[in-house]
Amino acid sequence: MEVGQMQRQWVDYMRSLFMEGFLDDQFLQLQQLQDESNPDFVVEVVSLFYEDSEKLLNDLTKTLDTKGTDFKRVDAHVHQLKGSSSSIGAQRVKNACIAFRNFCEEHNIEECLRCLQQVKQEYCFLKNKLETLFRLEQQIVAAGGSIPMMELSF
Amino acid sequence: MGSGCAAHSSSSSSKWVMENGDEPHVLAVDDNIIDRKLVEKLLKNSSCKVTTAENGPRALEFLYGTFNGTGSKVNMVITDYCMPGMTGYELLKKIKESSATKEVPVVIMSSENIPTRINKCLEEGAQMFILKPLKQSDVKKLTCQLMNCKG
Repeated sequence: MEVGQMQRQWVDYMRSLFMEGFLDDQFLQLQQLQDESNPDFVVEVVSLFYEDSEKLLNDLTKTLDTKGTDFKRVDAHVHQLKGSSSSIGAQRVKNACIAFRNFCEEHNIEECLRCLQQVKQEYCFLKNKLETLFRLEQQIVAAGGSIPMMELSF
Repeated sequence: MGSGCAAHSSSSSSKWVMENGDEPHVLAVDDNIIDRKLVEKLLKNSSCKVTTAENGPRALEFLYGTFNGTGSKVNMVITDYCMPGMTGYELLKKIKESSATKEVPVVIMSSENIPTRINKCLEEGAQMFILKPLKQSDVKKLTCQLMNCKG
């Protein structure tokens, strides 16, 4: 595949991620921060997000599993995850966290468990999507091309 | 997506202006590692020197240290509101209480748009309250005030 084709594929893929709500404008903010002095900025931030999220999700799984759930602790973790996902533009993960926090407030263990599954699922979907995106980027760069700049036209 | 009032500021802006044309040194405080990385990059892109701290006590330690010659003078503090232990509001109060540090402009960031929270911070002397997630335009606004840009 030649570079132009790969770039078009990347643009189409990015557009679909926005259309399907996986990403929002904030992700574009991250991309705009990437430059020659920081060519891997987006990947670095996303990697930090993965590390941080996985820790939080593991802790949430343990905390919600035991008797006498500490809802304050659960809420604190979900708040963190909501913050991080919002900061990188991970819209669906963020929205799942918002729903989760509402049930934390109600001390509704059943719904919290369901929300946790929902957040984990959204996190997995996003991770897969971003890995595809980054793979496309690597191919473009390897072929001597550059990653297009997304316009906010949608 | 973005909301209407992303930033609220108090009326007095004269304290913001730096004395010379040097790069402003900003102390950025946030317990979230992703947000720290983001705010650091946004500030660097606006030609600021950045020191980050993961909590209030460490931020204060660094700030006081600059008076003893450790690290260069801090021209502005930008802090998250919701932090475990010392909140951004408590950090703001501590900075404003000390005669050594009370002139340092403090900006509060929060993911929650709560008017009583915003007013409380502005009343305590915060220069500005910014909604997260942070964007380049928010940071440019801040640094422009700090360096007294026109327009």
